[in-house]
Amino acid sequence: MMLNNFLLLGAVLFCTGVYGVLARKNGVLVLMAVELILNAVNINLVAFGAFNHTIAGQVFALFVIAIAAAEVGVGLAIVLLIYRNRRSIDVTEIDLMKG
Amino acid sequence: MGLLRNAWVIPAIPAASFFVILLFGKRLPRLGSEVGILSLLASWLLATGCAIQWIRLPLDHESHLRAPVTRGFTWWHTGDVRIGAGIHIDGLTVMMLFVVTFISLLVHIYSSAYMKDDRRFTHFYAALSLFTASMLLLVVADNLLLLLVGWELVGLCSFMLIGHWWEEKDNSNAALKAFFTTRTGDAGFMIGIVILFFAADRTFNIAAINHAALDGHIGHGVLLVGAIALFMGPIGKSAQFPLHTWLPDAMAGPTPVSALIHAATMVVAGVYVVARCYGVFWEAFSIGNGGINLVAIIGGITILIAAALAFVQDDIKKVLAYSTVSQLGYMIMGLGVGAWTGAIFHLFTHAFFKANLFLGAGSVSHSGSHHSFDMKKDMGGLRAHMPTTYRTFLIGSIALAGVPPLAGFWSKDEILNAAGKNGFAVFMVVGLIGAVMTAAYMTRCVYLTFFGEYRGHGHPHESPPAITGPLVVLSFFSVVAGLLALGQKFGHWTLNDVIEEAHVPEFPFAWSAAFVGTTAGLIGITIGALYYFRNAGPHRLTERSTAARRGYALLANRYYLDHLYTGVIVGGIKGPLARAAYWFNQNVLDGIVHGAAAGARGAATFTYDVIDQKVVDGLVNGAGASAEESGGLLRTIQTGRVQQYAAVLFAATAIFAIALIRWA
Repeated sequence: MMLNNFLLLGAVLFCTGVYGVLARKNGVLVLMAVELILNAVNINLVAFGAFNHTIAGQVFALFVIAIAAAEVGVGLAIVLLIYRNRRSIDVTEIDLMKG
Repeated sequence: MGLLRNAWVIPAIPAASFFVILLFGKRLPRLGSEVGILSLLASWLLATGCAIQWIRLPLDHESHLRAPVTRGFTWWHTGDVRIGAGIHIDGLTVMMLFVVTFISLLVHIYSSAYMKDDRRFTHFYAALSLFTASMLLLVVADNLLLLLVGWELVGLCSFMLIGHWWEEKDNSNAALKAFFTTRTGDAGFMIGIVILFFAADRTFNIAAINHAALDGHIGHGVLLVGAIALFMGPIGKSAQFPLHTWLPDAMAGPTPVSALIHAATMVVAGVYVVARCYGVFWEAFSIGNGGINLVAIIGGITILIAAALAFVQDDIKKVLAYSTVSQLGYMIMGLGVGAWTGAIFHLFTHAFFKANLFLGAGSVSHSGSHHSFDMKKDMGGLRAHMPTTYRTFLIGSIALAGVPPLAGFWSKDEILNAAGKNGFAVFMVVGLIGAVMTAAYMTRCVYLTFFGEYRGHGHPHESPPAITGPLVVLSFFSVVAGLLALGQKFGHWTLNDVIEEAHVPEFPFAWSAAFVGTTAGLIGITIGALYYFRNAGPHRLTERSTAARRGYALLANRYYLDHLYTGVIVGGIKGPLARAAYWFNQNVLDGIVHGAAAGARGAATFTYDVIDQKVVDGLVNGAGASAEESGGLLRTIQTGRVQQYAAVLFAATAIFAIALIRWA
């Protein structure tokens, strides 16, 4: 089995996600980028699991999916509230914690 | 037997009533008075039952006495000493139980009318119940410690009830005076109890102490010291010379209280204790030998000085108060001259006629003189307006004066008779002079209150039945109570093993003593009647004679005893003691305090200037300043932009990951 191909796919997805998180201004897109990062991790987990003939990788992946669902639920609720308060979901404008 | 063994219920009922009245009294339709009256009725019925059972108790074959009924339990242990608590029921106890519950019941009924609309009606009833419970506890107690508990509780109730109308300064002062004066005696009383405890091989049991004293187990010196110390309690409680000054002032309390506590029951607690511990006093003062002894002397002095004071009082209650002091002197003197039966019989009869007189005086003030007790200003001529009160008061006065066949005659006669036969001729004469004076001042009192012109400004009328009812009952007893002396019934009923063991002589009725005693009473009444009713004798003597004026001043100032106590003794101790304390305070204590303060101040200044200001503040300020500087530098990287933080996070993670891969 070619492990490298899966790891490469995971790395590409991860980098795409990091780029999205760091560069995007739209809050929803930032959340979507977070999903990309998590799924990149999932691919790695499943790939390593298959490579080592163990079920643990898939179990971990299932946990990550469940937690990602919860995370995106909370995240979208936050974005929705920010939108209600400020009529914008531009994450660069949210800098109340500026020192 | 059943009732006698369970006589502890008699004090328990009013004790329960006290808590019920205190907690729920104000919500009851009659504000708690019904609880008090019913509980006392129950106690009285039980006490009467006890008396009947006691009289029916079979005599012991050997001693020809009724054996006392005792019952108790161990209260606590300390080491190998067991302190018990229990009841000791004999003739004396049964007699006291009957008198206390009976008078208390009548006073409870009387108060429901007399104290009507009082602002602290419920508390008044609660205190009356507590008083009755404590007095009954004192009476049934089989050891001195339990007796002391009752003794102090009645003192407390007396304080509470004298100061019932404490808003007026005079009343609260009188309450304090009563409390402190009796406490002076109580100090000795407690010392006496402790001495007897050790002398009688570590027991508080009264019967054991009496027997130890009588069979010579206790050395005479120790016994004498113990008895003198113990006797200080009765001197205070029973208002004997020189601690009698509190009782007239105690009349500041409501009249039913004066009748119950300061005439019929509490003040006889001292007499009761002497009678109860008679073995101790009999041996310690060698009463059987007919010598002059402390108990008789104190009693004799009290009879005369108090009777003399009763002549110069304008306040009807104070006349009765001094009369009470004088009659208590009779009882104490009776005990001092070996007339044990006579003394407690006088206690018994005196309770009825003195309660009768006090309640009569209350009735006069309630309905006749507009709440005044001043005979000269607000009374006079009340005979026509208050016939029931007048008749009952007159019966009480005649009974007190000792005219046969009323109650006072029999008991006074027994004391005088025994005094003469036991070789105390001096005290018999003192008793006779006292009898003359008693009859004369009571004549004066009756004259000023009920005869002549009405001098008040109210509309005198007869009192309601709740007031006159008890008066009629008490005057009935004032007439018949003395008849128990016939055939020495009272003496047989109350006789106990201590009196038998001590060989206290018992004398049958003697015509000679009765004749002399009655003559003394009649002379007194005649003198009083001639002086007041016929206007004979030297009137206005104080305006003409310097000696008479001085005598009057001496009496009006109560022999200057109050001045002696508050001015000389309290003032004398207070002044120098206060000055000494002030000097000590100013020079020694202040010196120490000032020195310490100066030292502390120097140390504090050094600490402040050097350590606090320079070192500590320097450190703190330095830390603050450096934190501020570094914070100012660091704040520039806190942009508040989440993506920038994330970028730093990723960059750092990447650097650590590379480092991990490269060197791990």
